[in-house]
Amino acid sequence: MRPNLVLYEEEFNLVTDVIKRLVTSANAKVVFLVDKNGQLITSSGHTEGIDTTSLASLTAGNIAATGGLAKLIGEKEFSILFHEGEKDNIHISIIGHRVILVVIFDERSSLGLVRLRVKKSGEELEKVFAEIDNKAGTDTSGLGVDSPFAEITDDDIENLFS
Amino acid sequence: MSFINYSSREINCKIVYYGPGLCGKTTNLQFIYKKTNPQARGKMISLATETDRTLFFDFLPLSLGDIRGFKTRFHLYTVPGQVFYDASRKLILKGVDGVVFVADSQVERMEANIESFENLRQNLAEQGYDLDTIPLVIQYNKRDLPNVVSMEELQKALNIRNVPAFEAVAPEGVGVFETLKAIAKLVLIELRKGTGG
Ligand SMILES: Nc1nc2c(ncn2[C@@H]2O[C@H](COP(=O)(O)OP(=O)(O)OP(=O)(O)O)[C@@H](O)[C@H]2O)c(=O)[nH]1
Ligand SMILES: [Mg+2]
Repeated sequence: MRPNLVLYEEEFNLVTDVIKRLVTSANAKVVFLVDKNGQLITSSGHTEGIDTTSLASLTAGNIAATGGLAKLIGEKEFSILFHEGEKDNIHISIIGHRVILVVIFDERSSLGLVRLRVKKSGEELEKVFAEIDNKAGTDTSGLGVDSPFAEITDDDIENLFS
Repeated sequence: MSFINYSSREINCKIVYYGPGLCGKTTNLQFIYKKTNPQARGKMISLATETDRTLFFDFLPLSLGDIRGFKTRFHLYTVPGQVFYDASRKLILKGVDGVVFVADSQVERMEANIESFENLRQNLAEQGYDLDTIPLVIQYNKRDLPNVVSMEELQKALNIRNVPAFEAVAPEGVGVFETLKAIAKLVLIELRKGTGG
Protein backbone atom coordinates (compact mmCIF):
# COMPACT_ATOMS: atom_id res chain seq x y z
CA MET A 1 0.00 0.00 0.00
CA ARG A 2 1.13 3.53 -0.76
CA PRO A 3 1.92 5.73 2.20
CA ASN A 4 -0.02 8.95 2.61
CA LEU A 5 1.29 11.81 0.57
CA VAL A 6 2.59 14.36 3.03
CA LEU A 7 3.88 17.74 1.93
CA TYR A 8 5.74 19.93 4.38
CA GLU A 9 6.21 23.65 3.89
CA GLU A 10 9.68 23.28 2.45
CA GLU A 11 8.83 20.81 -0.31
CA PHE A 12 5.53 22.52 -1.00
CA ASN A 13 7.43 25.73 -1.72
CA LEU A 14 9.93 23.93 -3.93
CA VAL A 15 7.15 22.33 -5.94
CA THR A 16 5.15 25.53 -6.22
CA ASP A 17 8.24 27.37 -7.36
CA VAL A 18 8.77 24.93 -10.25
CA ILE A 19 5.12 25.33 -11.25
CA LYS A 20 5.33 29.13 -11.16
CA ARG A 21 8.39 29.18 -13.35
CA LEU A 22 6.74 26.81 -15.80
CA VAL A 23 3.81 29.20 -16.28
CA THR A 24 6.25 31.87 -17.43
CA SER A 25 8.67 29.76 -19.42
CA ALA A 26 5.94 27.92 -21.32
CA ASN A 27 3.80 31.03 -21.76
CA ALA A 28 0.95 29.04 -20.25
CA LYS A 29 -2.37 30.28 -18.87
CA VAL A 30 -2.45 27.92 -15.93
CA VAL A 31 -0.38 25.04 -14.59
CA PHE A 32 -1.68 22.48 -12.10
CA LEU A 33 -0.07 19.69 -10.20
CA VAL A 34 -2.45 16.90 -9.20
CA ASP A 35 -1.83 13.62 -7.43
CA LYS A 36 -2.95 10.42 -9.13
CA ASN A 37 -5.95 10.16 -6.82
CA GLY A 38 -7.33 13.46 -8.05
CA GLN A 39 -6.24 15.77 -5.27
CA LEU A 40 -4.90 19.15 -6.23
CA ILE A 41 -1.36 19.69 -4.94
CA THR A 42 -0.68 23.19 -6.20
CA SER A 43 -1.45 25.53 -9.08
CA SER A 44 -0.24 28.75 -10.61
CA GLY A 45 -1.31 31.23 -13.30
CA HIS A 46 -4.82 32.43 -14.12
CA THR A 47 -6.74 30.07 -11.88
CA GLU A 48 -9.65 32.49 -11.33
CA GLY A 49 -12.83 31.16 -12.86
CA ILE A 50 -11.48 27.61 -13.04
CA ASP A 51 -12.98 24.99 -10.75
CA THR A 52 -9.64 23.57 -9.66
CA THR A 53 -11.09 20.76 -7.55
CA SER A 54 -13.18 19.41 -10.44
CA LEU A 55 -10.29 19.83 -12.81
CA ALA A 56 -8.03 17.79 -10.54
CA SER A 57 -10.53 14.98 -10.17
CA LEU A 58 -11.32 14.75 -13.89
CA THR A 59 -7.64 14.86 -14.83
CA ALA A 60 -6.92 11.95 -12.53
CA GLY A 61 -9.93 10.08 -13.98
CA ASN A 62 -8.63 10.75 -17.46
CA ILE A 63 -5.14 9.51 -16.60
CA ALA A 64 -6.59 6.46 -14.84
CA ALA A 65 -8.73 5.58 -17.86
CA THR A 66 -5.92 5.99 -20.39
CA GLY A 67 -3.64 4.04 -18.04
CA GLY A 68 -6.19 1.23 -18.14
CA LEU A 69 -6.22 1.41 -21.93
CA ALA A 70 -2.43 1.30 -22.02
CA LYS A 71 -2.34 -1.90 -19.98
CA LEU A 72 -4.87 -3.52 -22.29
CA ILE A 73 -2.56 -3.10 -25.26
CA GLY A 74 0.56 -4.02 -23.30
CA GLU A 75 1.93 -0.52 -22.64
CA LYS A 76 2.94 0.54 -19.14
CA GLU A 77 1.28 3.94 -19.31
CA PHE A 78 0.77 6.80 -21.73
CA SER A 79 2.92 9.41 -20.09
CA ILE A 80 1.65 12.34 -22.18
CA LEU A 81 -1.89 13.32 -23.19
CA PHE A 82 -2.80 16.29 -25.30
CA HIS A 83 -6.27 17.72 -25.93
CA GLU A 84 -6.72 20.45 -28.51
CA GLY A 85 -9.59 22.91 -28.20
CA GLU A 86 -10.73 25.83 -30.32
CA LYS A 87 -9.00 28.36 -28.08
CA ASP A 88 -7.40 26.50 -25.21
CA ASN A 89 -5.35 23.36 -25.22
CA ILE A 90 -4.47 21.06 -22.39
CA HIS A 91 -1.23 19.15 -22.02
CA ILE A 92 -1.12 16.43 -19.38
CA SER A 93 1.94 14.47 -18.35
CA ILE A 94 2.78 11.97 -15.64
CA ILE A 95 5.77 12.80 -13.48
CA GLY A 96 7.69 9.98 -11.86
CA HIS A 97 4.65 7.65 -12.10
CA ARG A 98 2.99 9.46 -9.24
CA VAL A 99 1.90 13.02 -9.94
CA ILE A 100 0.21 14.66 -12.90
CA LEU A 101 1.31 17.92 -14.44
CA VAL A 102 -1.40 19.84 -16.30
CA VAL A 103 -0.62 22.80 -18.56
CA ILE A 104 -3.38 24.89 -20.13
CA PHE A 105 -2.29 27.19 -22.95
CA ASP A 106 -3.67 29.13 -25.91
CA GLU A 107 -2.27 30.57 -29.17
CA ARG A 108 0.25 32.66 -27.28
CA SER A 109 2.21 29.46 -26.79
CA SER A 110 2.68 26.27 -28.80
CA LEU A 111 2.71 22.54 -28.27
CA GLY A 112 6.44 22.45 -29.07
CA LEU A 113 7.31 25.04 -26.46
CA VAL A 114 5.08 23.45 -23.83
CA ARG A 115 6.61 20.02 -24.42
CA LEU A 116 10.10 21.38 -24.12
CA ARG A 117 9.44 23.27 -20.89
CA VAL A 118 7.40 20.47 -19.35
CA LYS A 119 10.28 18.11 -19.88
CA LYS A 120 12.64 20.30 -17.88
CA SER A 121 10.15 21.05 -15.10
CA GLY A 122 9.22 17.38 -14.97
CA GLU A 123 12.79 16.45 -14.20
CA GLU A 124 12.95 19.03 -11.41
CA LEU A 125 9.67 17.85 -9.93
CA GLU A 126 10.80 14.24 -10.07
CA LYS A 127 13.77 15.15 -7.90
CA VAL A 128 11.61 16.90 -5.33
CA PHE A 129 9.19 13.99 -5.11
CA ALA A 130 12.02 11.47 -4.80
CA GLU A 131 13.20 13.58 -1.88
CA ILE A 132 9.72 13.50 -0.35
CA ASP A 133 9.60 9.71 -0.67
CA ASN A 134 13.00 9.49 0.98
CA LYS A 135 11.87 11.61 3.86
CA ALA A 136 8.80 9.44 4.39
CA GLY A 137 11.24 6.52 4.53
CA THR A 138 10.01 3.48 6.38
CA ASP A 139 7.25 5.32 8.23
CA THR A 140 4.27 3.78 6.44
CA SER A 141 1.86 6.47 7.52
CA GLY A 142 4.11 9.15 6.10
CA LEU A 143 3.05 11.20 9.08
CA GLY A 144 6.25 11.16 11.07
CA VAL A 145 6.49 10.76 14.81
CA ASP A 146 5.33 14.27 15.59
CA SER A 147 2.03 13.86 13.73
CA PRO A 148 -0.59 16.31 14.97
CA PHE A 149 -3.23 13.70 14.23
CA ALA A 150 -2.02 11.34 16.90
CA GLU A 151 -3.66 13.76 19.31
CA ILE A 152 -7.09 13.89 17.68
CA THR A 153 -9.74 13.27 20.30
CA ASP A 154 -13.17 11.76 19.83
CA ASP A 155 -14.53 15.22 20.61
CA ASP A 156 -12.51 16.77 17.77
CA ILE A 157 -14.09 14.30 15.39
CA GLU A 158 -17.55 14.76 16.82
CA ASN A 159 -17.23 18.56 16.52
CA LEU A 160 -16.70 18.32 12.77
CA PHE A 161 -20.30 17.25 12.42
CA SER A 162 -21.97 19.59 14.83
CA MET B 1 -4.23 7.41 0.78
CA SER B 2 -4.92 10.73 2.37
CA PHE B 3 -3.05 13.79 1.23
CA ILE B 4 -1.72 16.02 3.99
CA ASN B 5 -0.45 19.45 3.10
CA TYR B 6 1.37 21.13 5.97
CA SER B 7 1.83 24.29 3.98
CA SER B 8 -1.85 25.00 3.38
CA ARG B 9 -2.80 22.94 6.45
CA GLU B 10 -5.22 20.62 4.69
CA ILE B 11 -6.07 16.94 4.90
CA ASN B 12 -7.81 15.31 1.94
CA CYS B 13 -9.40 11.88 2.27
CA LYS B 14 -11.07 9.71 -0.36
CA ILE B 15 -14.29 7.84 0.31
CA VAL B 16 -15.79 5.46 -2.25
CA TYR B 17 -19.45 4.39 -2.40
CA TYR B 18 -19.57 0.83 -3.73
CA GLY B 19 -22.44 -1.56 -4.42
CA PRO B 20 -24.51 -3.27 -7.13
CA GLY B 21 -26.15 -1.44 -10.03
CA LEU B 22 -29.13 0.78 -9.10
CA CYS B 23 -28.62 0.31 -5.35
CA GLY B 24 -28.62 4.09 -4.82
CA LYS B 25 -24.96 5.21 -4.68
CA THR B 26 -25.47 8.22 -6.92
CA THR B 27 -28.67 9.11 -5.02
CA ASN B 28 -26.65 9.27 -1.77
CA LEU B 29 -24.26 11.82 -3.24
CA GLN B 30 -27.11 13.81 -4.80
CA PHE B 31 -28.82 14.10 -1.43
CA ILE B 32 -25.60 15.13 0.31
CA TYR B 33 -25.01 17.74 -2.38
CA LYS B 34 -28.54 19.10 -2.06
CA LYS B 35 -28.40 19.39 1.72
CA THR B 36 -24.90 20.76 2.18
CA ASN B 37 -24.17 24.43 2.61
CA PRO B 38 -22.73 25.70 -0.73
CA GLN B 39 -19.64 27.01 1.07
CA ALA B 40 -18.87 23.53 2.30
CA ARG B 41 -19.06 21.73 -1.02
CA GLY B 42 -17.72 21.94 -4.54
CA LYS B 43 -19.43 21.02 -7.76
CA MET B 44 -20.80 17.51 -8.16
CA ILE B 45 -19.48 15.80 -11.26
CA SER B 46 -21.40 12.87 -12.72
CA LEU B 47 -19.97 10.94 -15.61
CA ALA B 48 -23.14 9.08 -16.56
CA THR B 49 -24.83 7.39 -19.50
CA GLU B 50 -27.84 8.95 -21.21
CA THR B 51 -30.03 6.85 -18.96
CA ASP B 52 -28.39 8.24 -15.81
CA ARG B 53 -26.39 5.16 -14.98
CA THR B 54 -22.93 5.91 -13.68
CA LEU B 55 -20.45 5.38 -16.50
CA PHE B 56 -17.17 6.19 -14.76
CA PHE B 57 -17.77 7.97 -11.45
CA ASP B 58 -19.63 10.64 -9.51
CA PHE B 59 -17.47 13.04 -7.56
CA LEU B 60 -18.40 15.39 -4.74
CA PRO B 61 -15.82 17.34 -2.71
CA LEU B 62 -16.86 18.30 0.83
CA SER B 63 -15.18 20.43 3.49
CA LEU B 64 -16.08 19.35 6.96
CA GLY B 65 -14.30 22.05 8.90
CA ASP B 66 -11.14 22.22 10.99
CA ILE B 67 -9.48 19.61 13.09
CA ARG B 68 -6.37 20.61 15.02
CA GLY B 69 -5.92 23.57 12.69
CA PHE B 70 -6.16 21.45 9.55
CA LYS B 71 -8.94 21.91 7.01
CA THR B 72 -10.58 18.53 6.61
CA ARG B 73 -11.75 17.69 3.10
CA PHE B 74 -13.50 14.56 1.96
CA HIS B 75 -13.68 13.56 -1.67
CA LEU B 76 -16.69 11.33 -2.23
CA TYR B 77 -16.75 9.04 -5.24
CA THR B 78 -19.24 6.46 -6.49
CA VAL B 79 -18.33 3.56 -8.74
CA PRO B 80 -20.48 2.30 -11.62
CA GLY B 81 -22.35 -0.69 -10.21
CA GLN B 82 -23.13 -2.53 -13.43
CA VAL B 83 -21.11 -5.73 -13.59
CA PHE B 84 -19.37 -5.03 -16.90
CA TYR B 85 -17.79 -1.78 -15.68
CA ASP B 86 -15.32 -3.66 -13.50
CA ALA B 87 -12.24 -2.06 -15.06
CA SER B 88 -13.55 1.39 -14.10
CA ARG B 89 -14.37 0.27 -10.55
CA LYS B 90 -10.77 -0.82 -10.02
CA LEU B 91 -9.51 2.60 -11.09
CA ILE B 92 -11.82 4.47 -8.72
CA LEU B 93 -10.65 2.37 -5.76
CA LYS B 94 -7.07 3.57 -6.15
CA GLY B 95 -6.00 5.55 -3.11
CA VAL B 96 -9.23 4.95 -1.20
CA ASP B 97 -9.30 5.73 2.53
CA GLY B 98 -12.76 4.41 3.37
CA VAL B 99 -15.59 2.48 1.70
CA VAL B 100 -19.36 2.75 2.03
CA PHE B 101 -20.99 -0.41 0.79
CA VAL B 102 -24.54 0.39 -0.33
CA ALA B 103 -26.75 -2.69 -0.48
CA ASP B 104 -30.13 -2.86 -2.22
CA SER B 105 -32.55 -4.29 0.35
CA GLN B 106 -34.92 -5.83 -2.19
CA VAL B 107 -35.19 -9.63 -2.12
CA GLU B 108 -34.40 -9.97 -5.81
CA ARG B 109 -31.17 -7.98 -5.41
CA MET B 110 -29.70 -10.16 -2.66
CA GLU B 111 -27.53 -12.12 -5.04
CA ALA B 112 -26.30 -8.91 -6.67
CA ASN B 113 -25.36 -7.53 -3.23
CA ILE B 114 -23.29 -10.55 -2.36
CA GLU B 115 -21.65 -10.62 -5.77
CA SER B 116 -20.77 -6.93 -5.51
CA PHE B 117 -19.36 -7.39 -2.01
CA GLU B 118 -17.11 -10.19 -3.23
CA ASN B 119 -16.12 -8.04 -6.19
CA LEU B 120 -15.17 -5.28 -3.74
CA ARG B 121 -13.01 -7.68 -1.78
CA GLN B 122 -11.19 -8.78 -4.89
CA ASN B 123 -10.69 -5.31 -6.34
CA LEU B 124 -9.40 -3.99 -3.02
CA ALA B 125 -6.99 -6.89 -2.75
CA GLU B 126 -5.60 -6.07 -6.18
CA GLN B 127 -4.70 -2.61 -4.86
CA GLY B 128 -3.15 -4.06 -1.72
CA TYR B 129 -6.10 -3.30 0.60
CA ASP B 130 -7.95 -5.77 2.80
CA LEU B 131 -11.73 -5.62 3.06
CA ASP B 132 -11.41 -7.10 6.53
CA THR B 133 -9.43 -4.11 7.84
CA ILE B 134 -10.19 -1.07 5.67
CA PRO B 135 -12.56 1.57 7.17
CA LEU B 136 -15.98 0.30 6.09
CA VAL B 137 -19.62 1.21 6.67
CA ILE B 138 -22.62 -0.65 5.28
CA GLN B 139 -25.86 1.00 4.21
CA TYR B 140 -29.03 -1.01 3.61
CA ASN B 141 -30.88 1.17 1.15
CA LYS B 142 -34.42 1.15 -0.28
CA ARG B 143 -36.01 0.29 3.06
CA ASP B 144 -39.21 1.99 1.81
CA LEU B 145 -39.97 -0.73 -0.71
CA PRO B 146 -42.40 -3.56 0.13
CA ASN B 147 -40.29 -6.59 -0.80
CA VAL B 148 -37.25 -6.07 1.41
CA VAL B 149 -35.06 -8.62 3.14
CA SER B 150 -35.06 -8.38 6.96
CA MET B 151 -32.24 -6.48 8.60
CA GLU B 152 -31.22 -9.58 10.45
CA GLU B 153 -30.74 -11.53 7.26
CA LEU B 154 -28.91 -8.69 5.54
CA GLN B 155 -26.55 -8.32 8.47
CA LYS B 156 -25.83 -12.01 8.47
CA ALA B 157 -25.09 -12.07 4.76
CA LEU B 158 -23.04 -8.88 4.45
CA ASN B 159 -21.85 -7.58 7.78
CA ILE B 160 -19.44 -10.30 8.78
CA ARG B 161 -17.08 -7.73 10.29
CA ASN B 162 -19.79 -6.12 12.36
CA VAL B 163 -19.03 -2.62 11.11
CA PRO B 164 -21.45 0.32 11.55
CA ALA B 165 -24.57 -0.32 9.44
CA PHE B 166 -27.54 1.91 8.63
CA GLU B 167 -30.99 1.52 7.13
CA ALA B 168 -31.64 4.08 4.43
CA VAL B 169 -34.09 5.58 1.98
CA ALA B 170 -31.61 7.61 -0.02
CA PRO B 171 -33.96 9.81 -2.10
CA GLU B 172 -35.54 11.05 1.15
CA GLY B 173 -32.22 11.28 2.90
CA VAL B 174 -33.03 8.71 5.56
CA GLY B 175 -29.71 7.30 6.80
CA VAL B 176 -27.63 9.24 4.30
CA PHE B 177 -25.79 11.62 6.63
CA GLU B 178 -25.58 8.98 9.36
CA THR B 179 -23.68 6.81 6.89
CA LEU B 180 -21.38 9.63 5.80
CA LYS B 181 -20.62 10.65 9.34
CA ALA B 182 -19.79 7.09 10.34
CA ILE B 183 -17.32 6.54 7.51
CA ALA B 184 -15.69 9.96 7.98
CA LYS B 185 -15.17 9.09 11.64
CA LEU B 186 -13.59 5.74 10.86
CA VAL B 187 -11.23 7.35 8.35
CA LEU B 188 -10.13 10.01 10.84
CA ILE B 189 -9.61 7.39 13.53
CA GLU B 190 -7.39 5.50 11.08
CA LEU B 191 -5.43 8.69 10.50
CA ARG B 192 -4.99 9.09 14.25
CA LYS B 193 -3.61 5.58 14.50
CA GLY B 194 -1.04 6.65 11.93
CA THR B 195 -1.54 3.47 9.96
CA GLY B 196 -3.41 5.26 7.19
CA GLY B 197 -2.75 4.61 3.57
N1 LIG C 1 -37.72 3.52 -3.67
C1 LIG C 1 -36.43 3.83 -3.59
N2 LIG C 1 -35.75 4.12 -4.71
C2 LIG C 1 -34.44 4.44 -4.61
C3 LIG C 1 -33.79 4.47 -3.37
N3 LIG C 1 -32.51 4.83 -3.58
C4 LIG C 1 -32.36 5.01 -4.91
N4 LIG C 1 -33.52 4.77 -5.53
C5 LIG C 1 -33.78 4.85 -6.98
O1 LIG C 1 -33.05 3.82 -7.64
C6 LIG C 1 -32.59 4.27 -8.91
C7 LIG C 1 -31.11 4.08 -9.06
O2 LIG C 1 -30.42 4.92 -8.16
P1 LIG C 1 -28.92 5.40 -8.41
O3 LIG C 1 -28.53 6.21 -7.25
O4 LIG C 1 -28.78 5.98 -9.76
O5 LIG C 1 -28.18 4.00 -8.39
P2 LIG C 1 -26.62 3.70 -8.53
O6 LIG C 1 -26.27 2.80 -7.41
O7 LIG C 1 -25.87 4.95 -8.64
O8 LIG C 1 -26.58 2.87 -9.90
P3 LIG C 1 -25.33 2.68 -10.94
O9 LIG C 1 -24.85 4.06 -11.27
O10 LIG C 1 -25.85 1.97 -12.11
O11 LIG C 1 -24.32 1.86 -10.22
C8 LIG C 1 -33.02 5.74 -9.04
O12 LIG C 1 -34.21 5.78 -9.78
C9 LIG C 1 -33.27 6.14 -7.59
O13 LIG C 1 -34.24 7.15 -7.49
C10 LIG C 1 -34.55 4.17 -2.18
O14 LIG C 1 -34.07 4.18 -1.04
N5 LIG C 1 -35.86 3.85 -2.36
MG1 LIG D 1 -24.61 5.70 -10.04
